[in-house]
Amino acid sequence: MTIEVRNIVKKFGSFTALDSVDLKVGKGELLALLGPSGSGKTTLLRIIAGLDWPDGGEVRFDGENALARGAGERHVGFVFQHYALFRHMNVFENVAFGLRVQPRAVRLNETAIKKRVNELLDLVQLAWLSDRYPSQLSGGQRQRIALARALAIEPRILLLDEPFGALDAKVRKELRRWLRSLHDEIHVTSIFVTHDQEEALEVANRVVVMDKGRIEQIGTPGEVYDNPATAFVHGFIGESIVLPVDVRDGRVELGGKPLNLEPQGAGAGPSRLFVRRHDMQVGPAGSGVIEGAVRRVRAFGPIQRADVALPGGEGETLIEIDTPRDRELNPGDLVGLQPRRYRIFSAST
Amino acid sequence: MSGVTGRRRTLPGFGLTMGLTLTWLSLIVLLPLAGLFLKTFELSLAQFFEIVTSRRTLNALKISFGLAFLAALVNLVMGTIVVWALVRYRFPGRRLFDAVVDIPFALPTAVAGVALTALFAQKGWLGAPLAELGIKVAFTPIGIFIAMVFIGIPFVVRTVQPVLIDLDPEIEEAAASLGASRWNTVTRVILPSLTPALLTGFALAFARAVGEYGSVIFIAGNLPNVSEIAPLLIVIRLSEFRYADATAIAVVMLVVAFLIIFLINRVQRWAQTRVPAF
Repeated sequence: MTIEVRNIVKKFGSFTALDSVDLKVGKGELLALLGPSGSGKTTLLRIIAGLDWPDGGEVRFDGENALARGAGERHVGFVFQHYALFRHMNVFENVAFGLRVQPRAVRLNETAIKKRVNELLDLVQLAWLSDRYPSQLSGGQRQRIALARALAIEPRILLLDEPFGALDAKVRKELRRWLRSLHDEIHVTSIFVTHDQEEALEVANRVVVMDKGRIEQIGTPGEVYDNPATAFVHGFIGESIVLPVDVRDGRVELGGKPLNLEPQGAGAGPSRLFVRRHDMQVGPAGSGVIEGAVRRVRAFGPIQRADVALPGGEGETLIEIDTPRDRELNPGDLVGLQPRRYRIFSAST
Repeated sequence: MSGVTGRRRTLPGFGLTMGLTLTWLSLIVLLPLAGLFLKTFELSLAQFFEIVTSRRTLNALKISFGLAFLAALVNLVMGTIVVWALVRYRFPGRRLFDAVVDIPFALPTAVAGVALTALFAQKGWLGAPLAELGIKVAFTPIGIFIAMVFIGIPFVVRTVQPVLIDLDPEIEEAAASLGASRWNTVTRVILPSLTPALLTGFALAFARAVGEYGSVIFIAGNLPNVSEIAPLLIVIRLSEFRYADATAIAVVMLVVAFLIIFLINRVQRWAQTRVPAF
């Protein structure tokens, strides 16, 4: 099933949650909606599910207008951050719920329901819990049951809203890997929302980076990491060193001093220079385009991390750099910094 | 390491509060009830059975418990609907209606009785049209039933309301996205989640109606065997100085009421274990 979202607008009072969003999701994809809280990612997911309605725009499943249908008629499996399991039903009944509420004409008989639920419980590897109640399960188990419940109706699309958000770090990692392999197995078109970049980059085929109700970039995990399209994406994904620079006459200046760097098409005016920390080469004074003075050095496992002060227009800018432990670095040393790769974005974008 | 650490509790004060609880309950609840039983022992077993199985006593008990049960059932259904409207919808005057629910709590029961009697008397606002239809409310068991409904409704509303407010809207969304109709969502998801609170509300409304005196005696007509409630019969016996007779009826009421409340509590406990708080 393909999903096409066209020009979706959603407002809550005077707050614009989604500002003309366009998105195409291919058949069998596993897509991540990544962004900080308030970026509109959950609202977009809920609109696709039919739990919220947009103020304008279109949602199409395989070309067919999904907005004409209610949530129950879209055949969408939805997994909530806080599981939303039915507390008064045991695990088996939770998973069977979607099958039992079908109209009588299409409802499976009791034997078929039993068979299907047991298959699903095997799929999420929790068959041994089928008599338990949700309150007797751990967070990770609850979320897997919620997933089995969503899959029971054979959804055409699977939507997951921060599915691992309420779990601790270790369980998150396990479930993440498990979701990935589950998707390889069942291949249903899936979208999941997360604010955790590691989760998005590790699990998804493609990542949609959102901020303030707009899509900033859509790409594979490699693309959004290596070629961020906007300053926001560069700052949000991966760790970056950010320097305030000026572009003047096609040259890049830091604190009034020209740097031997390409402005990369950034217009004249204040701009920002982004360098991944591991892309910043540290050498003796004079070896790089930027000069700095070491202020503080601390060991950090196999590397040492140093605060380096750079001369700036108003006062100095402090940045953090990493170098291997074997290189001697002391407070007061002058170092030369050479970005191996960098991006420059106008401050206005 | 001092030897005391093993005896420390995270919640101190158990001894003190438990002692106070037992003393207080004994003083306020158990002692008067014990007195009640003691007084009954003045009667021989045969006398006791004669009193409690007399036609008038049995009819009074039947009226009190039967009508209280019916009234609690009606309050359960109507109270749930009222709660639903108050919690789920925003409409002008919602706060006013919310406050109105508490009136039966606060109103002196005699005032309620007089008001209901005036309303349902043959020439009252509601009594007159009903009389045209051939339905007599005031001075009949129907009047008792109405008074019991009146005083019981806030118990259901106030017990169920906070639980419905706390009910996670996501479980309804989950049900909807799984293809459940609105009816299925209400009957299979929402009502079962409310069951413990509904049972408590029902039990409270029932208990209150069984013991109701003030409002009922005005509207009941108080005809022996027809519209005489058990609490009234107790008062009548007392005014005749037949104290042991009065306490015998009281003991039966006490035991029956206790058994019913205990039963409801068991059912509620059973429902509770199936719907534990997260």
